[in-house]
Amino acid sequence: MVAVLFSITLIASAGVGAVNMITEAPIAAAKAAATQQALGQVLPAFDATETTDLLIDEMPIVVYTAKSGDEVVGYAVETMTKQGFSGVVKLMVGFLPDGTVNNINVLQQAETPGLGTKMCDEGNPLISSIQHRKLDKQLAVKKDGGDVDALTAATISSRAYVDAVNRAWMAMTSVVSGSEPTDVASGATATVAENAEQKEPAAQEGGQNE
Amino acid sequence: MNKLQIAINGILKSNPVFVLVLGMCPTLGTTTSASNGMGMGLATMAVLIMSNLVISLIKNLIPDKVRIPAFIVVIASFVTIIQMLMEAFVPALYASLGVFIPLIVVNCIILGRAEAFASKNTPVDSIFDGIGIGLGFTLALTAIGAVREILGSGAIFGVSLGVADYMPLVFVLAPGGFLTLGYLMVLFNKLAKK
Repeated sequence: MVAVLFSITLIASAGVGAVNMITEAPIAAAKAAATQQALGQVLPAFDATETTDLLIDEMPIVVYTAKSGDEVVGYAVETMTKQGFSGVVKLMVGFLPDGTVNNINVLQQAETPGLGTKMCDEGNPLISSIQHRKLDKQLAVKKDGGDVDALTAATISSRAYVDAVNRAWMAMTSVVSGSEPTDVASGATATVAENAEQKEPAAQEGGQNE
Repeated sequence: MNKLQIAINGILKSNPVFVLVLGMCPTLGTTTSASNGMGMGLATMAVLIMSNLVISLIKNLIPDKVRIPAFIVVIASFVTIIQMLMEAFVPALYASLGVFIPLIVVNCIILGRAEAFASKNTPVDSIFDGIGIGLGFTLALTAIGAVREILGSGAIFGVSLGVADYMPLVFVLAPGGFLTLGYLMVLFNKLAKK
């Protein structure tokens, strides 16, 4: 009796292990492809990305710093919230270097169909009131005293969405100011930008002479 | 009983949702839209056919006292294997059905058919029973999902009918699930009797 049960579990676990070995690489490739696709949708054109893993409020947040050559063209933040109506909501939020929200893509959600799922629709009230805005403070929906239009009859889902965007903004600013201070483009002081402009003509002349 | 009869039996006379009243948790939980219900039904059918076949093949090897743990191990392994294969080779399908797949392990229809049919019948008959019960489950979940989606969010298979604002939201929420299930069960049994 014990021997039969043991051999059944042994065969079953061997089968699961074998399938795991076969599928491990394709699963990783599929996930990477999905991430790249989401990055392409929320960012302007870029060549390469650097990833920074953060932990904010005990939630894993990934910041992708997108570069075209040496220039930073934007930041994409894979962010999440546990305040959704059912389960976690994961978003990919794309920022331009100056902190403007470029686009937002819903990666994962299990909200109520017809209500909270409207957060995935194009041009929904949430994205239209957040997109192209330069974030400088925490956002909030109108019901909570903020200025973000919520989805009709889905305040909880809307709060979750805004919460995830806020967390993305926190992650982005911490990466910009913390680990890579030299890459702060227009957020830095004006003198740095002026110096850069003054240096440029000189460099061009040097190039022509050669 | 011929093979076709076994399959039709699973859809009508022993429909898992409307007649046997098995698997109520996934039935109520995943039928918020027609496509969700259909997805859950198809994923369950795939596992059911495989587990019925294997359990029917090894039924004589398993001692009676440990048959339930043995069945559960077989079912859970198939669910895990199907989940990994889907994630690897059909990521698009996995993205829409992925959340339901772990739920299949705890679906009592699978264990119920293993115990009531596959452990007493031939492998071929068990496959047809899996197809029949699986189709019955899929049709029932799609029907419930479609009714809830039309009444609750004014859409069908995600296509809006343009009347969303006039629809009673409660049908998408849990109470609407119970209401829809109850009325469809009455309707099904009334029609099936004739």
